[in-house]
Amino acid sequence: MDYGLRSLGFGERLLPRSDFTLCQQFTLIGSGLIWNLYFAFFALLFGFFLATGLALAKTSTNSWLRKPAEGFIFLFRGSPLFIQFFLAYEALVMLPRAGVEIFGFTVATSWLTKAWAGALIVLTLNTAAYSAQIFHGALMSVPKGDIEAAEAYGMTGWTKFRRVLWPTMLRLAWPSYTNEAIFLFHATTLVFFSGFPAFQQRGDSLYYASYFAGQTFNPFIAYPIVALYFIVSTLALIGLSGIVNRRLNRHLPGAAGRIRYRPQIIR
Amino acid sequence: MFSFCSDPSVLDGLAWLSCYLTTGTHMLFYASFGVVLLLLAITAPIALLFGYGGAMASRSRIAPVRWFGKIYTSMVRGVPDIVFFLFVPIALDQGLEWLRHQALCDSDAPVRQGNDFVVCASAKLPLSTSPEWVHDIYAMTLAVIAFSVVFGAFAANVLYGAMQAVPRAQLETAEAYGMTPRQVTRRILVPQMWTYALPGLSNLWMILIKATPLLFLLGIEDIVYWARELGGAKTSSFAYPHPDWRLYYFLAVLVFYLLMTWVSERVLDRVIHRLSAGQATMAGEAQRKAGVV
Repeated sequence: MDYGLRSLGFGERLLPRSDFTLCQQFTLIGSGLIWNLYFAFFALLFGFFLATGLALAKTSTNSWLRKPAEGFIFLFRGSPLFIQFFLAYEALVMLPRAGVEIFGFTVATSWLTKAWAGALIVLTLNTAAYSAQIFHGALMSVPKGDIEAAEAYGMTGWTKFRRVLWPTMLRLAWPSYTNEAIFLFHATTLVFFSGFPAFQQRGDSLYYASYFAGQTFNPFIAYPIVALYFIVSTLALIGLSGIVNRRLNRHLPGAAGRIRYRPQIIR
Repeated sequence: MFSFCSDPSVLDGLAWLSCYLTTGTHMLFYASFGVVLLLLAITAPIALLFGYGGAMASRSRIAPVRWFGKIYTSMVRGVPDIVFFLFVPIALDQGLEWLRHQALCDSDAPVRQGNDFVVCASAKLPLSTSPEWVHDIYAMTLAVIAFSVVFGAFAANVLYGAMQAVPRAQLETAEAYGMTPRQVTRRILVPQMWTYALPGLSNLWMILIKATPLLFLLGIEDIVYWARELGGAKTSSFAYPHPDWRLYYFLAVLVFYLLMTWVSERVLDRVIHRLSAGQATMAGEAQRKAGVV
């Protein structure tokens, strides 16, 4: 089949128009899944660090740090992702085509309106806001004794954070964070249904599925294929997060083994 | 709307804006906010009902019913909800038309012919002769059902967890008093589960609010549709020409959603506070110690 990398622009250019075979549908929708995995992976990667920073800023006593962090979290948690996509696209389109002059350099801006960059930014900011809320809750429930013990050892600032606060925060937040990761992964299906156009019909798995469903008037084949792909990927994600969870809890004898994995479905 | 709006081309400034914002299409835009609220008001109770059914089914003693309940509750765990939003309305529409095809059409021609879904004219839903509003209502009904099915599954998860969280001893005591399973459910389980279910349900309400723009994908003329329509660039052939203002329209929609979630959060916090009063939970205990109750 020539559709394996169709979503990236390689291989057969024309999408099938008639005589759709099951194999074609599986390959094309699977090729679209590359985009879903790409968005989920990078949004979670960048969002993770941003979220840690935001969570710390939210615990800060300095209101110049705390207020912006709270505002950011409220903005992205309080509004629908769908609207955020539209808004971001319209805002990015408004940037001048030729690029922006900064200190004599011309910074190109047109790539920002492409889905691979623009949608990734929105997804990153969105997951950062949700994860920051989770991390903030976890930071608040780090046992007081842990912090006192760290201070008794003479740890301060960065060392204390790196060696005591951060690992404990991650350990406490991990089940909820996994849940958030699953939600974000599912939210990547929204990308090509929102403002960002699919350039040369390079779309994600749901884009191709709805293409097939629209062409054949038969939703009973394409959508279950997407569902199957997503169930498998979600199970893989849960398995991966279970490994991380065991590592985070390895100093607590029996704790990791005892944690029964029961992903919540509520974001 | 105003008397001075009869000739838009001579207006400028605030007068222009006041006329522009009260045109007929803008009135439809404002009405579409009502459509969103209506959808929320209809979907939430139905979804709760579906969720209750799903949770009860997955606790059932009859195995097939339990399996059905388990599958229903777990279906939203692995699959993005948007897949269901796209799938359920088409599937439902074709299912209904197929049933009507069997009952109303004379021909035994198969429904699927190649890449087409063909039913005879009298089996179409809604009939092609029916007025526009019937089509609108039909599309809206399908959307409500799709939302209810998905959020019912979410709610079933929450309610099932809440039912499991009711202390076992309470139910055993009721059984010891000689209550039948139905009585235990009605008198002990259901009244007590709400305090456990409410945090999850309030979260769900937030998600439901944030899912309403997806109505646009189902072809409903909702706020996203009108924001795109009205915001797009209008040339001088229109009465009120303006450049691409979609950004501002979407900003207005964003503010609407922020307000909705902000108000909901305030209200739900109060309800949770009320319901946890006197409960044997951490929140209830904290209130007792603080002497609030």
